[in-house]
Amino acid sequence: MSEWVIETRNLTKEFRRAQFKIPALKNADLHVQKGEFVALMGPSGSGKSTLLHLIAAMDRPTGGEVFVMGQDVGKLSEGAVARWRNAHIGFVFQSFNLIPVLTALENVELPLKLTKLGKSKRIEHAKKALDVVGLSDRLHHAPRQLSGGQEQRVAIARAIVTDPDVILADEPTGNLDSGSAQDVLTLLGRLNKEFGKTIVMVTHDPHAARTASRIRYLDKGELLPEGQVPEDWALTIPAKE
Amino acid sequence: MKIPLTYNLRNLTVRKTTTVMTALGIALTVAVLLSVAALVQGLRTSLQASAHPLHVLVTRKGSTAELNSITTPEQFQTVKAKPGIAKNAQGEPRVSQELITVVVLESPENPAGINITVRGLTAVGMAMREDARLVEGRMFRTGQREIVVGRGIAERYPMARMGRKIEFGRGYWEVVGVVDAGRSAASSEMFVDLNQLAADQGRQSALSSILVRAADQVSMQALMNELSSDRGLNLDAQAEKAYYEAQTSSAAPIQIVGTFVAVIMAIGSSFAAMNTMYAAVARRAAEIGTLRVLGFSRLGILTSFFIESLLLSLLGGLLGCLLVLPLNNMQTAIGSFVTFSEISFQFEITPQIMMVGLLFSLIMGATGGLFPAGSAARKQILVALRQG
Repeated sequence: MSEWVIETRNLTKEFRRAQFKIPALKNADLHVQKGEFVALMGPSGSGKSTLLHLIAAMDRPTGGEVFVMGQDVGKLSEGAVARWRNAHIGFVFQSFNLIPVLTALENVELPLKLTKLGKSKRIEHAKKALDVVGLSDRLHHAPRQLSGGQEQRVAIARAIVTDPDVILADEPTGNLDSGSAQDVLTLLGRLNKEFGKTIVMVTHDPHAARTASRIRYLDKGELLPEGQVPEDWALTIPAKE
Repeated sequence: MKIPLTYNLRNLTVRKTTTVMTALGIALTVAVLLSVAALVQGLRTSLQASAHPLHVLVTRKGSTAELNSITTPEQFQTVKAKPGIAKNAQGEPRVSQELITVVVLESPENPAGINITVRGLTAVGMAMREDARLVEGRMFRTGQREIVVGRGIAERYPMARMGRKIEFGRGYWEVVGVVDAGRSAASSEMFVDLNQLAADQGRQSALSSILVRAADQVSMQALMNELSSDRGLNLDAQAEKAYYEAQTSSAAPIQIVGTFVAVIMAIGSSFAAMNTMYAAVARRAAEIGTLRVLGFSRLGILTSFFIESLLLSLLGGLLGCLLVLPLNNMQTAIGSFVTFSEISFQFEITPQIMMVGLLFSLIMGATGGLFPAGSAARKQILVALRQG
């Protein structure tokens, strides 16, 4: 069993466009320890989202390996990877991706439908998760009845309801106003500090990245060495103390 | 079922217009099929109700119907003397020689007229039809041109109502009574005195058929064997039940055409359901991607969309059942190829017929939903998320 919660080795992803191969990620070696909050930053097309998707096994690498909690996720079958993702990964999307026809409570309960928990236990866990994100009073609201910030908090509740080992967030503040974005970042910070959740967050926002305990930069598909910032990256973002 | 059914039900209600339009298409298809099934069922019930379990119908050898059968009074006497025949309170054998002819009656729906069976019989023959109750007027008298009509005829033909006179044979026949024979074929017939009809038709020695009531089931088979095998008689004997069952074939053309139309419509409805479900899959691509990220398998996605299609078609099926319900017990009539006359009966919508309709709708939903559900399940997660 590896000491790392997340470990990628020579992780490579190439996309094919007609006869051309377009490298999206080249030989990335990323190591994340339990309880770390890592921000992945970089310009558009740098490969940060690709790296996140490969960690979540939402896509298959062209080369290299991804280990999460010691499991080589690339070797899991189609069915096994779905079960594995449900048990170990909580994913937060930029555009929330709540199911519009389900209430906040039903959205949060959804991943638990794949567990062996009974209805009452599922509801109990979903309510607890919504309580953690401060939305106990919005249980029966449909997504369209919530603000963007509230929707993202419901999405975070959905990501944590199965008590996953890792929370992966893809630009979680990208669609929010600054106030709501700050609430979401505070919440992610709390989940990391109070609940010890390991978080990997992709962001463009230097302010958002400051919430993380460590920042890794990507440029043109390469994961830059620890502390190195892309040459043409206008901003240098100090990690939060 | 991992993805909750609420998800599918609410999606159906969210896109109300599409759901209702698709369901209506399926409903109309189901309604066509159920109408045909209700018609055939009504005819079958009517014909089944027409036969007494102990009745044996005796006709000339080789004739396929009462109308083209000829029996003589001598044959009648021989038949009466056979063993195994039930007797009435007076000790007379329950055997009725009858004369069948047809008259043309006009109605508002059929100004050109329709063949209606006229049955000449005696009091014994009338008494053998216990289910025919006199509900209006009185019974015809012997030696008079008087008619008692079945209720179905009285209701459908204004010229066959109480007090009206119908011209056929050698004069006018007055309607003096109406009998209600429930759903049996007797409701579609007119009854007159045998001797008067035979005299008018000049057929005193060439009557049609002989109806015999067997004493019991065991004697019935022996009686039929005895009558059919008596070379001197040259007659065929069959259970009245079998005779009427053969007449259900009269509905075959309607059944074939109706089923053909329903199947063609079903193909169209399946495509409508398929179109609706493909649109749903396209619109909900991001949801499909999200569900996969949450851990739902491809099979789970396929099942969910397939069930949604089934729910949509089931709604259509239920609507179809509601659409045909007003037809239940509605009086109608069909020309019989056996009697060359009209059999009136009622549409009959049974729970079994409704189940067939619902099953039919589910088949439409299944054929229409399978490919869209498959396409939803095949979507790559990232492609699905980007499509949203």
